[in-house]
Amino acid sequence: MYRLIQTLNRTAFIKATIAAFAVIVLVVLGSRNLQNFDAALIAYLMGAIFAVFGVAYRYSVWLQRPPTRLYWRRSMQFLFSRDFPFYFVRSIRLFFQNILFQRFIYHRSRTRWIGHFLLATGCLIAFAVTIPLTLGWIHFEFKPGNNMLYYAKVFGFEMGSFELGSFVAFMAFHALVWCSVLVTIGAVMMVKRRLTDGGLIATQTFEGDWLPLILLIAISITGLGISYDYTFLQGKTYQFMAVIHAVTVILFLVWIPFGKFFHIFQRLAQLGANLYRYEGRKRGMAVCPHTKEEFATQLHIQDLKEVSKELGFDFTLKDGSSHLDLSPEGKRAALAKAHFEARKNAGAFFG
Amino acid sequence: MQNPQYNQQMEFFVDMQRCIGCHACEMACAECETNGQESMIHIHYVERAVSVQTTVQVCMHCDDPVCANVCPADAITKDDFGVVHTANTSRCIGCSNCVLACPFGVPKKEEKAELMMKCNMCYDRTSAGKKPMCATVCPSQALFYGTREEIEKLRPNSTPVNKFLFGQEEVNTKVNIMMPKGSTELRIHD
Repeated sequence: MYRLIQTLNRTAFIKATIAAFAVIVLVVLGSRNLQNFDAALIAYLMGAIFAVFGVAYRYSVWLQRPPTRLYWRRSMQFLFSRDFPFYFVRSIRLFFQNILFQRFIYHRSRTRWIGHFLLATGCLIAFAVTIPLTLGWIHFEFKPGNNMLYYAKVFGFEMGSFELGSFVAFMAFHALVWCSVLVTIGAVMMVKRRLTDGGLIATQTFEGDWLPLILLIAISITGLGISYDYTFLQGKTYQFMAVIHAVTVILFLVWIPFGKFFHIFQRLAQLGANLYRYEGRKRGMAVCPHTKEEFATQLHIQDLKEVSKELGFDFTLKDGSSHLDLSPEGKRAALAKAHFEARKNAGAFFG
Repeated sequence: MQNPQYNQQMEFFVDMQRCIGCHACEMACAECETNGQESMIHIHYVERAVSVQTTVQVCMHCDDPVCANVCPADAITKDDFGVVHTANTSRCIGCSNCVLACPFGVPKKEEKAELMMKCNMCYDRTSAGKKPMCATVCPSQALFYGTREEIEKLRPNSTPVNKFLFGQEEVNTKVNIMMPKGSTELRIHD
């Protein structure tokens, strides 16, 4: 406990506490002083608040690392520059491309993309449904005087209505069922990869790679169990189904800040890296003194020299230039030439 | 999941002067399953206009890897055996910091996949007590994987060196480069 307090990152703790309190305030506001809050979801709310605290804490610690801080600052600097409209539109496009559709995974493997896309889409829709419900931001009521018309209220304001028994009602009430099916198919595809790919078998870990998949499948299957219970078993096993589902979901929420699920939040940095690259190209490219070819942006090389120095690596050479001015091929050639010279000076090229 | 049987008596020894540019290592590297069948080894002419010298470069697996330090996504890790692993695919944001910061010019960026990839010393093989693919096929033994005793017998006039100087920066690595007998370091720039 003492060690925990000693290693506590104060800035991150303050930010995480503010984030957690902000959620509580939004719950009170969004549920109109808790009148629309569903008390049956209190355990989920606790899990969600812990997840927000944990994610905010880890995110804050992560942003304090010099290379991450640099990317964050640069991204904000470029986004909120006079080119804001351009970068804003580009960010939205990248958000759809890289976050919602994860197009980059398609170029890693098509099957993997299908699996990940199904899994991620199921999760994102499920988040969009369950988070507002858990926080009391959205709830459903009968239209006064009409017990066939159901309407949705968001933050207490009417946002739309549908008739009970209609197709829309069927889709809305079973939204999480569809999500569970998507997640299960995607997760099973990922499990198959992990069981058959030699490279993954060699490098995977239980807590890093298997636990997230097990949790997702457990959440989906127990969630489907609730639907199965009220559709086919007249709710006879409801208590069991509801409790076991809540346990898996809360484990998932608590695990978000620590494990693989944190990459959902880290992935946004990819958008920043893209803007950074684009702005860098506009400002000018660096040319390798060895290959005489452009290989990176000048901005990137300059920033990297500073960041690496801050981290304790100084590649400055006697003439004031830097080893980092060389392209990767230039660096390999420099090493080979130095090796050649050493052998030559020793009087034998082989030995 | 796997219980690694990494043999820490085995080491990697590189002698670029022995590289004949045959590209056998490149083909073999693509067989490594941890690379997803992508070749991660670098082999090219050093200065084609004036020399036929070729060079070969594997990841040197630095003691304090610059690539991992400059990674903004914490995607690169070094394990207990000193192997610096390729980017964690769920974390890598494809920023290229590692590609540009590595003093040996090792990591590769797969542009469309927005992913950094690099040699991880055939972890699927070395963690099971086998030799890396490239070292098993190199016909001139520019790439050699074995014990220190074996290399001393094979190369009595050479010394393995794992200390490199890039200007003011000293980089120590897990992989050795074969140097003239008695050498203790390799200075890259005068």
